[in-house]
Amino acid sequence: MKRLGLLLAMTAALTFCVGPFLWQVLTSLRPETEQTRLALPTRPTLQAYAEVFEGRAFAQVMLNSFAVASLTTLLCLAIGALAAFALARLPVPGRGALLAAALGASMFPPIATVGPLFLLIRALGLRDQLAGLVLPYATFALPLTLWVLTAHFRQLPPDLYRAARIDGCTPFAAFWRVLLPLAAPGLVTTGLLVFIFSWNEFLYALTFTSSPEHRTVPVAIALFASEHAEPWAQIAAASVIVTLPLVILTLAFQRRLVSGLTAGAVKG
Amino acid sequence: MASVTLENLSKQFATGTFAVRGLQLQIADGEFLCLVGPSGCGKSTVLNLIAGLEQPTSGTVRIGGADVTDLDPRARDVAMVFQSYALYPHLDVRGNLAFPLKVARVERAQLQRRVEQTAALLGIEGLLDRKPSELSGGQRQRVALGRALVRRPAAYLFDEPLSNLDANLRTQMRGELKKLHETMGGTFIYVTHDQAEAMTLSDRVALMNAGQLEQLGTARELYHQPVSLFAARFFGAPTLNVCPPAVLGLPADASAVVGLRPEHLELSDHGPLQGRVYLVEPMGAEAWVTVELGQHRLVARCDGSVALKVGATAALRFDPAHLRWFDAATGKARG
Ligand SMILES: Nc1ncnc2c1ncn2[C@@H]1O[C@H](COP(=O)(O)OP(=O)(O)OP(=O)(O)O)[C@@H](O)[C@H]1O
Ligand SMILES: [Mg+2]
Repeated sequence: MKRLGLLLAMTAALTFCVGPFLWQVLTSLRPETEQTRLALPTRPTLQAYAEVFEGRAFAQVMLNSFAVASLTTLLCLAIGALAAFALARLPVPGRGALLAAALGASMFPPIATVGPLFLLIRALGLRDQLAGLVLPYATFALPLTLWVLTAHFRQLPPDLYRAARIDGCTPFAAFWRVLLPLAAPGLVTTGLLVFIFSWNEFLYALTFTSSPEHRTVPVAIALFASEHAEPWAQIAAASVIVTLPLVILTLAFQRRLVSGLTAGAVKG
Repeated sequence: MASVTLENLSKQFATGTFAVRGLQLQIADGEFLCLVGPSGCGKSTVLNLIAGLEQPTSGTVRIGGADVTDLDPRARDVAMVFQSYALYPHLDVRGNLAFPLKVARVERAQLQRRVEQTAALLGIEGLLDRKPSELSGGQRQRVALGRALVRRPAAYLFDEPLSNLDANLRTQMRGELKKLHETMGGTFIYVTHDQAEAMTLSDRVALMNAGQLEQLGTARELYHQPVSLFAARFFGAPTLNVCPPAVLGLPADASAVVGLRPEHLELSDHGPLQGRVYLVEPMGAEAWVTVELGQHRLVARCDGSVALKVGATAALRFDPAHLRWFDAATGKARG
C-alpha cells in the first residue's frame, strides 16, 4: 500500500517534470498536417529538425549561446570560488553584511535593471557583442555562486585548512590544493545552475543584441514566429535541440553532483 | 629540532575570553613536553599560538631562539597532528604523506624516499595507495603522524592525537610514540587529557589552569610535590582524598585541608579511626574502597583480594608523612 502510494507520487512528479518536454518532442515529430491533433503522430517525421537549420544561422546561434554560457560559468566560478573561500575561511570583517548585500543585489527584477544596463553596455561599446551578455549574466549569477560556494567551503572541516597552512601552504595554496578539490561537487552544481541560467536567459539577450549572428538561442527561437506563420514543429524541434546539451551536461556530471567526497577527512 | 620559548604569552579572543594569560614556558631542544589541564584551559590555543594559526594579544613566541611571533605558519617550520587527524580526503596515503614535501618543492627522488621511509617507520607501507576513507581509525592516526614526521621540522605539536582511539590501541600507540621520540629525537609538545599519557611520555609536564601555568615539572614532581590542590587532584586515579584535618583525627585547623593519596590509606581490622564501607570497586589486581567517615568519603586503594562488604566497619590507617597540607582559602600547598 505504502509502495503503491510512493509509486503514484513518483509518477506524478515525473509526469510534471518530464511531461512538457515529452510534449515538445511529440510536437516536433508531427508533420504539418497533424499539428492540431492531440493523439500520437501517425507519421512521425524529422523534417522539422532539418528546417530549423535552413535559411538561418541556427548553428551559429547555438555556438553563441554555448560561448556566452561557458564564459559566464567560468567567470562566476573563478570569482565566486575565491570570494567564497575568503568569506568562509579568512578573517574578513563584515562577512554577514557582504553576503546579505550580494543576495540583495540579486533581488532586483531584470526588467527594472534592463534599461540602465542597456545604457551602460552601450557606453562600454559592448552592445551587440557576446561580452555584453557575459558581463551582466555574471553579475546576476555571482550572488548565487557566492552563497552556494561559501556554504560548501564552510562545511569542510576547518582543520583541513589549518593543516594545509601548517604543512607550508600560503592561504591561496591551501585553497588551491585542498579546499578547491574538496568543493568540486559544489563547483559542479553551481556551474550547472549558472550555465543553465545563462543558456536560457531571454530579456537581456533580446535587448543587448541586434544582429542575427550575435543572437542567443532563446531569442532566436522567439523570433522564429515572426519569419514564418507559426512554425510549431520547428519551434518544438529547436527547443529539443537546445535542451539536449543541458541534459547531457547534467547526466555527465551527475556522479559528481552526489557529494560525499569529504568522507574520511576527519575521525570516524 | 629547536627549542621553543613562550614569553609572557597572552591570547584574548574577540569574544572577550582570555584563553591564555601571561604564559612563560621554555621547552628545550629535543624535549618531550606534555601540556595538560582540564577542558577549556587553553591547551589548544597554546599550540595554535606556537604554530602561528592564532596571533597572540601580547607576548613573544621563539623557536630556536628566533622571534617568530609575527611570522606566517609556513615560515615557522613546525608540524602538527590534529585530534581530528585532518587528512586530505582527496589524496591517497602517499599523497597525504608527500603533501608537505611537495609544497616545499622537495625534489622527486628524495620525496619518494622520505615518504617510503616514514611509511615503513609507522608500518603503513601497505596502505600507500588507499584513500583516508578506506582506513580504520588507528590507520588514519598513523597517517596523520606520518605527515608530521615526514618533514623533520623544528618542533612537533600534537593536539590530543590519541584521544579518538580505543583504549588498547591508545596504549599501544603511546608506547610507539615514546619509542619514536627516543629514536628520531625532536622537540615534542603534546597536549593531552590523559594523565597516563602525560606520566609515561613526558620529560616534563606543564599543567594549565584557566589559561595560566599552574605547575611545571616532571610527572613525578607533579604527583609527589604538587604546588596546589588543583595540581594534586589533577594527577592520580582515584583522585586525591581531601578533607579537614579533624576528620583524620588530627588537631582541628579551619585554615587548612589535608590531602592523602588513596594508595597511602590502608584498611585494617581495628584501630582508632573507624568508618563504614560505602562502595567497593574491584579493578583486578587492586580494589578501590570508598569509606564513609561522618560526612566525608575517602577512597583507599587496596589489594584486589580484599573481602569487605558494603556497610561493614573498617578501620583506617595512614602514615602522617604522606599527608599533604593545603591552605583552605587559596588551595596553595603548605611547607
Ligand atoms: N576561536 C575562538 N573564539 C573564541 N573563544 C575561543 C576560540 N577558541 C577557543 N576559545 C575559548 O578559549 C578557551 C580555551 O580554549 P582551548 O580550545 O584552547 O581549550 P583546550 O584546553 O584545548 O580544551 P579541550 O581540552 O577541550 O580541547 C575556551 O574557553 C574556549 O571557549
Ligand atoms: Mg583542545
